[in-house]
Amino acid sequence: MKAVIVGCGRVGSSVAKALAADGWDVTCVDEDGGALARLGAWHGGFVTGHALDTAVLESAGVADADAAVVATDGDNTNIVIGQVLQKRWHVPCVVVRVLDPARAAFYEERGLRTVCPTKTAISVISEAVQATAGRTV
Amino acid sequence: MYAIVAGGGKVGSNVARSLLAMGHEVTLIEQERERFEQLEAELGVVVIQGDATEIHVLERAGIARPPNLVLAVTGDDEDNLVISQLAKEGYSVPKAIARVNDPRNQQHFDLLGITQTVCATSGLLGLVEHEVPEHGLVKLFELRREGLELVEAQVGAGSPAAGKRVAGLALPEGARLVSVMRGGVAELARGETVIRPGDQVVAVVKPGLEQQLRRVLVG
Repeated sequence: MKAVIVGCGRVGSSVAKALAADGWDVTCVDEDGGALARLGAWHGGFVTGHALDTAVLESAGVADADAAVVATDGDNTNIVIGQVLQKRWHVPCVVVRVLDPARAAFYEERGLRTVCPTKTAISVISEAVQATAGRTV
Repeated sequence: MYAIVAGGGKVGSNVARSLLAMGHEVTLIEQERERFEQLEAELGVVVIQGDATEIHVLERAGIARPPNLVLAVTGDDEDNLVISQLAKEGYSVPKAIARVNDPRNQQHFDLLGITQTVCATSGLLGLVEHEVPEHGLVKLFELRREGLELVEAQVGAGSPAAGKRVAGLALPEGARLVSVMRGGVAELARGETVIRPGDQVVAVVKPGLEQQLRRVLVG
């Protein structure tokens, strides 16, 4: 199985390593070539460039990718790249990180698989506070 | 008319100022604090501060009314695309016009259904090509939604169209000649118009047929 990871920051690089350890053929894309260092001893692919550049996406192999993860540091960049991967290259599984819960919900409703760490943090923190308060009351 | 202008840079602020002067109702959204204060001092309460790609900021600007027009003219193409999608798909705004900063991103706007776009760079390049005397086929204007382009061709002495009547040209289905310019004077193209070397011919053509048309007119 082949995966392309767009945005090789903390999230992207960790997902890339986890998938590679699971036997996936993984290629990472990042504007900053230095991001390769986050991957440690890396045997997968790495392409330096902006992922709105279709040549960059093509050389990362999106045309025959089974999955793509989009996790750059810009919500709108991720939203646009995610839709381009779905609509232009028909990548079967596209997962997009969106920090803003409102935009994540908007695009989720329109068929984009979004993951919103902010929303997760809000519910985990609220639950943790309620659980602790429940014990002390 | 009510318009929301997203992005208070040179483009956004000038468009907002002009719309206001024409008597339209405008809300201008600018993200950066310092620029916002400048604009607010000049234009008053019609300017609000915030990230126009955030739904609550758009709602504060009145996107739910909805406005007749949203202009997404920030300096960031991804932001402009998202603003246009939020306006059209989320709030049924009848018209959203997006600025394309990098012409290479035009394809993404087309793919994602943002058909009304303005790209200064492409426009300038078109004009520059227009000034080059030995050009082949130049795109003058594009009606994206209608799927038509207006193009201009320079007919040379060796061009296949030189010396032929318009009616006798093997134009591709989906292309029509509009006018023939000779010695600075443009005449509407008729079947009996004879094309001569040095003529500048304007045609309407469906996208994708430009090369076929070029072969017939220019060679």
